[in-house]
Amino acid sequence: MIKVLKPGFYSSIQDIGRIGGQAFGVPVSGTMDAYAGKLANALLGNKSEVAVLEITMTGATFEFNCSTLICITGADMNPNLNKIQIRNNQVVHIKEGDVLSFGKLNRGFRAYLAVFGGFKAKRVMGSYSMYRGITEQTNIKKGDALDINVISPTTYNTNASLRVKSDYINDITIEVFKGPEFQLLTEIQQNKLLNSEFTISKNNNRMAYQLNDKLVNNLKPIITSPVLPGTVQLTPSGTLIILMRDCQTTGGYPRVLQLKNMAINVLSQKFTGNNIRFKLIQF
Amino acid sequence: MSNYELSFKRFGESAILIEWPQIIHKDVLNNILNFKQSLLEYYKDYQVYLNHAYCSLLINYETYDFKYYNEVKVLKDLYNSNKDNLSKSALLWKVPVCYDSSFGIDLEELSEAKKLNVDDIINLHTKVDYLIYFVGFLPGFLYLGGLEEVLHTPRRATPRLNIAKGAVAIGGKQTGVYPSQSPGGWHIIGNSPINFFNIEHEKPCFAQAGDFIKFYSVTTEKFREIKTLVEAGVYQLESEIIND
Repeated sequence: MIKVLKPGFYSSIQDIGRIGGQAFGVPVSGTMDAYAGKLANALLGNKSEVAVLEITMTGATFEFNCSTLICITGADMNPNLNKIQIRNNQVVHIKEGDVLSFGKLNRGFRAYLAVFGGFKAKRVMGSYSMYRGITEQTNIKKGDALDINVISPTTYNTNASLRVKSDYINDITIEVFKGPEFQLLTEIQQNKLLNSEFTISKNNNRMAYQLNDKLVNNLKPIITSPVLPGTVQLTPSGTLIILMRDCQTTGGYPRVLQLKNMAINVLSQKFTGNNIRFKLIQF
Repeated sequence: MSNYELSFKRFGESAILIEWPQIIHKDVLNNILNFKQSLLEYYKDYQVYLNHAYCSLLINYETYDFKYYNEVKVLKDLYNSNKDNLSKSALLWKVPVCYDSSFGIDLEELSEAKKLNVDDIINLHTKVDYLIYFVGFLPGFLYLGGLEEVLHTPRRATPRLNIAKGAVAIGGKQTGVYPSQSPGGWHIIGNSPINFFNIEHEKPCFAQAGDFIKFYSVTTEKFREIKTLVEAGVYQLESEIIND
């Protein structure tokens, strides 16, 4: 069991998502930075679908009441174990009574805490990912006791030597494919979309990232049609909305771009005021 | 089965979007549902997920390594050889709604704008068998077709931040029920005590695309009574089989 001393700005349990519920209008959800989530599990030797804790921006503190192994990936939030600095992307041994705290955000926006064997929670529609109205809890709160699967140390079989990629956290390039309505844009609009730098607005969360800079257009709304995490919508007022993991399942705005899966991970490490550029890639 | 000219688009790394002619019509819906049925059978051993809307169908190939051009060819062949496989009968779900002004907070405004009295609005809203096109937007939000033209109303200029669970509303050419508390820009005309999304059930939505919904008006007392039964998990929603 892990006791939540401070939940931080926003922390929630996530896994690879609730795939297949979209026909009922249920969002996919899952780790915003799926690469970091899977990496944390891989380093510990967990299966990739095991649930991890997603910690946004800063501030979380936890106390362990059992011994286990942990691994932190994604954003660098200056993690400390009993006030001694530890590093990301490394397997760390935990003893009963240890306190893990996250401090100042150095790099990225979302960190992942994986524990050996994974977090135990109620699985709903095939996933542990927290989402309002689907799981009992939307995010973790101060005082929560997070259940973990305790496995005897003799079975530890980690992949501590795995090669780790973390440069992507600083990338400002977001790789995209043409979206279903890309062709409706004029050549000038297409060029502007693909050759400008855009700033992430304060409206950014697990559902969507809006961009500050407008793309003036006269596209008509489409008849409501499916959307995916990574779909870039363009509103009549020119706002670009990049849908993220908790996005709705259908939408009525033209879908001008679609992010490459890895680009969703890159974007999820960005926050208000960061700049990005789209780069069109071919299938 | 009549065939439409379909367009196939690659949608990101792991999905294909199929588009029917861009109209909202029950024949298009039936054609999509018919094709979807064949695809479910065809992909039954793969992790392939289907999600449709009014005139489009998304095929999400999660862990299935697909070759786009090959797959489109397979899909076209499947479509062209598709047989009519839909049942000719559908379910009509009878959904209670309380149109009392305590719930229908926009009824009066709507009545003035439409020059109709509130009872006329309720009659117009309850006389139609609404066709369920798909579930989207929020868990359990049904996209319904068939709203009487006189009730078509542009969305509110400023959306409300909190619309109550169960709110029955009109927005543009559509009517629907908010399955959970959420923001929204539609005009609220009543509230239904029924759960439109229940995570405890294996099928979280009681109704599905192709079924019909008919609203009927209940008093505030009856609303409370039904709500109590729904919360206790013992309310039985009425439905009947209708033939096409």
